[in-house]
Amino acid sequence: MTITLHQVKPSRRQLDIARGHVDLSHGSGGRAMAQLIAGIFYEAFANDWLRQGNDQAAFDVEGGRMVMSTDSYVVSPLFFPGGDIGSLAVHGTINDIAMAGARPLHLSASFIIEEGFALADLQRIASSMGEASRAAGVPIVTGDTKVVERGKADGVFITTTGVGIVPAGLDLSGDRARPGDVVILSGTIGDHGVAVMSKRQNLDFETQIVSDSASLHGLVADLVAAAGPSLRAMRDPTRGGLAATLNELAHQSGVGFRIDEEAVPVRPEVAAACELLGLDPLHVANEGKLIAIVAPEGAAAALAAIKAHPLGRDAAIIGEAIADEARFVQMVTAFGGGRIVDWLSGEQLPRIC
Amino acid sequence: MKHVDEYRDGKLAGAVARRIAAEALPGRDYYFMEFCGGHTHAISRYGIEDLLPGNIHMIHGPGCPVCVLPIGRIDHAIRLAALPKVTLCTYADLMRVPASRGASLLKAKAAGADIRMVYSTLDAVRIAENEPGREIVFFAIGFETTTPPTALAIRLAEKKSLQNFSVFCNHVLTPAAMAAILGDPDAKAEDAIRVDGFVGPAHVSTVIGTAPYVFCAEQYGKPVVIAGFEPLDVMQAILMLVRQINEGRHEVENQYIRAVTAAGNRKAQAEVEAVFELREAFEWRGLGEVPFSALRLRETFAQYDAERRFPVATEAAHDNPACECGAILRGVKKPAECRLFGNACTPETPVGSCMVSAEGACAAHWTYGRFREHISAASAAGPLPAPEAGEGIRTTRRAAS
Repeated sequence: MTITLHQVKPSRRQLDIARGHVDLSHGSGGRAMAQLIAGIFYEAFANDWLRQGNDQAAFDVEGGRMVMSTDSYVVSPLFFPGGDIGSLAVHGTINDIAMAGARPLHLSASFIIEEGFALADLQRIASSMGEASRAAGVPIVTGDTKVVERGKADGVFITTTGVGIVPAGLDLSGDRARPGDVVILSGTIGDHGVAVMSKRQNLDFETQIVSDSASLHGLVADLVAAAGPSLRAMRDPTRGGLAATLNELAHQSGVGFRIDEEAVPVRPEVAAACELLGLDPLHVANEGKLIAIVAPEGAAAALAAIKAHPLGRDAAIIGEAIADEARFVQMVTAFGGGRIVDWLSGEQLPRIC
Repeated sequence: MKHVDEYRDGKLAGAVARRIAAEALPGRDYYFMEFCGGHTHAISRYGIEDLLPGNIHMIHGPGCPVCVLPIGRIDHAIRLAALPKVTLCTYADLMRVPASRGASLLKAKAAGADIRMVYSTLDAVRIAENEPGREIVFFAIGFETTTPPTALAIRLAEKKSLQNFSVFCNHVLTPAAMAAILGDPDAKAEDAIRVDGFVGPAHVSTVIGTAPYVFCAEQYGKPVVIAGFEPLDVMQAILMLVRQINEGRHEVENQYIRAVTAAGNRKAQAEVEAVFELREAFEWRGLGEVPFSALRLRETFAQYDAERRFPVATEAAHDNPACECGAILRGVKKPAECRLFGNACTPETPVGSCMVSAEGACAAHWTYGRFREHISAASAAGPLPAPEAGEGIRTTRRAAS
């Protein structure tokens, strides 16, 4: 997930640039991160593409429209049930490209490696990346390698960048949700975050849960074809979970959302692990799910197309966009009361992707 | 999720809500304080307010360990963390609590102090074992629930002959705080609160049992219903409180019979008794100095007491004068009545501790409930209609296979 500037309402207190330090909350995908980006990078880079506030930028080139996105991967541990940092780096960037409705074409990969890192592990990660990129049909065509002294990194950090092409006539953006639009979630939430947590040092617990890390561009192509112009926006709920993604879309589009807790699919084992760890599945990261905002007339076709794809079998309509100046994401709880679903403040799970 | 979903069942909630609505006398108001932050969280997280009739008012109590810790203790912890060779181990909740002059443990860590987040006291003991060259200080906070694990950690450190493990003890006592709320003879008129009964602590009571609350019923005539932290527990406790009041009773009742006994956990009590002794007084945020309301390590365990081991200078610390955490912790004000709420003070930029912990009244209201003010302010927009009591019939969360 690439955090861009207008997804999140920055906090009202200013960054203390003269005396402040970066802390872990600045990497959480929440408001503190938005404030950091707005206060530092926005000032330095500000331009119209950034201002769109999506996980990728789309721009016109001769003969069409291109999309570009970049993401860094610092997940810990490097290997987790259902994937590793390599496959994650391929899937994550492909998904950011795909969320614009684009067909991903090429990836680059850049490695920052700590002195002393085992070659066998590096080879295992590279093989996993190669396999993921071949399976997706998106080759890694260029790269860069840096090695830093022991202690100056943690094993390996990977940055991937992708480019893709948007089909003619398609214009998806997070600012296009309108009241009455339907929110479709492509499957169960929380699998990735819980799978990674289960392998964290000092938190080891026995579980069958595997990460959902997967490339979604195939599913996206089917969805785009089925929903046509009624498809307004897509986003993958990675760091910060479904809660963060819905809040980003609410803020970009100037609408609220109302979702039904019962309709949100959660595996029982994920729900149980979250219970144990004190996490809310709504805040836990996913790496192979998307939410689609679809005009009501296209909702049935969109849902059917997602459910027909192997990665979307558990898809469900979870709610709708509503008129709300305050842009709250509201939820009717399974218990019968109402609540809002907010961004998580602070850092729930550092280094989840 | 078996054994948990049952306590979150929307259908049962609807049934209890109908009973409450039927039994609450329309001619009167009921003011119940849920003592624990765990209850506050459940009420907000599950939208219990929407299931209660308008004449039942829930008042958030001071039972949030992070919230009641006065600012001076956070300053003290930051000073400990700044000492050479010291590693401060803390629960994550405390990292963002504002200290004096805009400091926090999170900022101290970013500035270079060795502060580590741990999930249990035993993690801190393990770090002490693995890093004999460092002085490991565990930032111990909490009510009676978290005190036995701290005692256990000290015993373990003793058994392993660890010379580099100590505890910065901030353990506090629930009954003393309830007495302070009920019996403050110095309370100013504007601070007077009406509490008709308590939803009593869940986890705390598993340790101390039900007997320590008898004074509420006997001396102050206030019913107490000890309740679990699941939303149905809270609903049922509210119904039991309504019945006690309607019948003119004031007793300690136990809704949480699946975990709480009259005597509590005697083994845990013995461990605590062996390691800790009462402090004559301890400062609580919101309640001020409360006599015999906190614990410190006994003399025999002095070497494990970070306060004795690392004397650091502390100075008087003051809360932000505009912050209403104190009044909110006493139940005198609601979060939205603080003018900092949602403006200067949000979970990202907390001014007071109640905005930090997930159990804090302000954080709970901000995170789950603040749309209600917005709706009442702009009722024309009318997004989420609050279900009528009894209408919120839902089945349990559907889980994908």
